Parts: sequence; structure tokens; C-alpha cells
Amino acid sequence: MSTGHAHLLYRHGDSVVHRLPAHLKLSSLVLFVLTVVATPAHRYWAFAAYAGLLGVVAVGGRVPIGYIARRMVVELPFVVFALLLPIVATGDRVNVLGLSLSEAGLLAAWNLLAKATIGVVASILLAATTDARALLLGLQRLRLPARLVEIAAFMVRYLDVVVGDLQRMRIAQDSRAFDGRHLGHLRVIARSAGALFVRTYERGERVHLAMLARGYSGAMPISDAPPAPPAAWAVAALLPAAALAIAVASRVSP
Amino acid sequence: MTPSLEVRGLAFAYPDGHQALYGIDLTIGRGERVALLGPNGAGKTTLVLHLNGILSGGLGSVRVGGLEIRPGDRQALREIRRRVGVVFQDPDDQLFMPTVRDDVAFGPANLGLSGAELDRRVDAALRAVGMGHVADRPPHHLSFGQRRRVAVATVLAMEPEILVLDEPTSNLDPAGRRELAEVLDGLGVTLLVVTHDLPYALELCERSVILSEGSIVADGRTASLLANEELLRRHRLELPYGFDPRVGQSRYRGARPASSTRGR
Repeated sequence: MSTGHAHLLYRHGDSVVHRLPAHLKLSSLVLFVLTVVATPAHRYWAFAAYAGLLGVVAVGGRVPIGYIARRMVVELPFVVFALLLPIVATGDRVNVLGLSLSEAGLLAAWNLLAKATIGVVASILLAATTDARALLLGLQRLRLPARLVEIAAFMVRYLDVVVGDLQRMRIAQDSRAFDGRHLGHLRVIARSAGALFVRTYERGERVHLAMLARGYSGAMPISDAPPAPPAAWAVAALLPAAALAIAVASRVSP
Repeated sequence: MTPSLEVRGLAFAYPDGHQALYGIDLTIGRGERVALLGPNGAGKTTLVLHLNGILSGGLGSVRVGGLEIRPGDRQALREIRRRVGVVFQDPDDQLFMPTVRDDVAFGPANLGLSGAELDRRVDAALRAVGMGHVADRPPHHLSFGQRRRVAVATVLAMEPEILVLDEPTSNLDPAGRRELAEVLDGLGVTLLVVTHDLPYALELCERSVILSEGSIVADGRTASLLANEELLRRHRLELPYGFDPRVGQSRYRGARPASSTRGR
């Protein structure tokens, strides 16, 4: 294990998709999602084609379907919202299983669901095939403002530490017979959230001191990586190019 | 020879009015190993933060390898921070980059190194603490003892004049303690070990200084300071139960375990 399991979403492997430089994968993802979003909702076949493309990427990256499905839980709030749309929207009504639903609402719900699902799956695929450090380097190479990349890097580094702090506080509460299910316990939970914030803030100060002690003067040293070979560019361009072809076809077809 | 560290009449009060240091004088020669002992709240950490110019503004002066700390002079301050390597108490504060290698490279890269020279520094520092094999792993996946050793490497990579360790043994298990002692013993740099772990001070350092309520109250051979029960009690320092400083002598410094058949 040379890089460790860098984050929860990352799935160790060595495939074509894993090996692509992160900044290419990131650009490819953004272009792909933009293309999907620009597709008219009533071209149902286009969305099936997009899903097919992602299927090809998943096979190429050796990411099993169950792995993706479990991580799609993150989409649930959108699903709930989408399911409400046909009920609350106005306009022409149609009868579905005895329910009077809005036609426009149904289309809007489909639009939201289809596009969100494809976006989420594409992001999961990126996360599953790119470790955190590569992602950060990718963002850096895409010239995202250095400050933002630094913030993301610190988040990746300290997430485990903060979660550890939180778990220790939980254990300390549980050990003293605290049962956080009661509404009256909200105050305790709010306070521990506050305490966690203060702890994290103080750690931030200590980290800053440690950085100063090693000569930090406001800019992170830049790590240099070799430029991506043209072949990698070509591979990374496949997904957005195919998506673009589908999107154009969906616009021009009658 | 210029001493590694010269502190003269250092006094400091925090903005809230709390006076933390009352005129500290301390000289540490090159290659010397000194333990800075004192109970919690004695001002140890405040003193440490003065040694590399993070805290300043009080009276007195601090010189590192002959160079005086002047807070306004950014160039000189950078050189001071290269010369004074501070290893903080919690390695999670010290190791903030995504991988061990990036973290060890952080200091020297800030000094303007890059390319092969940077790689050489990083590899040498990691090898010195026996952590070369974890270079590409994220710090939070290492054991606590490993993280502490990597934290030492992060400052070693800056080739410091003096290495300052703040409570190096806190939270370490006995094996981690011993491994760290072996690493520190092998470095051959000037050491200032800030601790209230008295046996560790005896093990690593010939000389000790006791800081109590912001003043230095004793300075001498570790073995004789620790044998002075009255002195220790007055300054809230205690030896672990059953530990006799006359028996546990410095294991290092020419008295390596293999050759220590002196039958004390």
C-alpha cells in the first residue's frame, strides 16, 4: 500500500481511468456534466445514452455497480424534492394510479432526477478512481485559486482528526449515560457542536503556528508534476466528446 | 565557538497581562543536549515560541548561532526559523500536508529548495528517523509514534542548528518512547527537550534546566538535579514511583547499552 486508502470514496485499483491525470479527469467531468445539463429533458433516449457512457467508464475503471449504488444515497434529498414536484406543480393534470399529477411537474421531476443522477454517478466515478491528493494537485493544475485548493487540502487532512474529536466527545457523553435521542438533549448536542468548533478553531491556530515555525510566509510551496501526454488528453476527451455528440443529436432531431 | 542558543534577560507578558517569563538567561553550546524541565504552566511553551520568533515583544534578546532575533526583519526571521527546528507536542498540528513526503518537503521548500536537492533533503530526513518507507502515505494513517518521528523529520529536513522538542514523550507508548530516544540519540544536533518526563530527561540529556513560574531556578547535571528531592518538590516535579535517579544513568552519550557494564 503505497498511498493508503486516501479517502472513503476512493477505490484502490489500477485501470485506464485510475491512471489518467486528475486534472484531465476533472475537466472531462465538468464538460460532461455541462453537456448533460444542456440536453432537453424530453429527449429520453439521450439520457439513456449518457448512462451508457458512464457504464463504459465504470467498466473501464473496474468500479462495481453495487459500489456506485451505495454511494448514491447522497442524492436522496433531491429525489424527495423531485417526487414532490408533480404534486405541487400547476398546469395540465394527468391521472397516474389514481393520483392527479401535473404534467409539467412530471417532466420537471424527470429532468431533475435524470440530470442529478447522471451528475452524481459521474462524480462518484471520479472520486472512486482518483485519490484525494491527486484531486488536489489536479485542481491546482487547473489553476483554481491557490487559497481554495489549500482549504480543500486542509479539509482532507483534518477531516479524520475532527471526526475523531467528535467520536471521543460522543464516547465521553455515552460513558456518562447520555442518551441523545430526547428532544430535551438538544442543548447538550448544540453545546458539543460549539465545543467541537472551538477545538477545531484552536487546532487551526496551532497548525498555523507549526507552519510559521517552518518558514511559511503565505504561499504553499508548489509541487511540480510532468505535463500530461497527448494520449492521455485524447482518452480523457472521449467522454465529453461522446456526450457532446449525443447532446447535438438530441437538439437537432425532430 | 558560537553557542547554538543564547537567551539573555528574556521577559514576556501576554496581552491579557499574564506575565509568563521573568528574565530568562540560558546558553546552550553547540552539540549540547539540554532538558528544560518544569511543571505545567511554568512558561516552557512560551519560552519555546520565543526561540524562533513566533512570540516576541518583551524584554531581552535571543540569539541562535550568533544571529539575533529581530521580529521586524523578515529575511533574518526566515533564517532563524531554519536554524531552530521546533517539534510541537501534537503531531497532528505539525503534519498538515496530504502525504508524509509533502509534509517533510514543506519546510525546505519554504526555504526556496526544489528539485533534486529538495528530494535529497526529504529522503535524508526520513531516513534519519527510520520512516523512509511511509513517505507516500497520508500522515493520519500512521501510528502516533510514527507521526511523532515524522514530525521530527519535518524539521530535520531544514537542517536546523538546534532541535527543540515540546513534550516529545506525551501519549507515546514505552516502545515508541524508546524508539524516539534512539532516533534523537543518533542525530548529533543540539537538542533542547522540553518535558516533565524526568526519566526521559535523564536518559537523553546530560544537563537540565528547571523553569518554574517564569524563572530558571536550577541549571546543572541532570543526575544531580533529579537526586535533589527538595528542589524537585518545591517546583512540582516528581519522579515516577520507584525510580531512583542514581541508578538510572544516561543510557546514551558514550554509555550505550552494549558497553554499559560499569556495574552501578
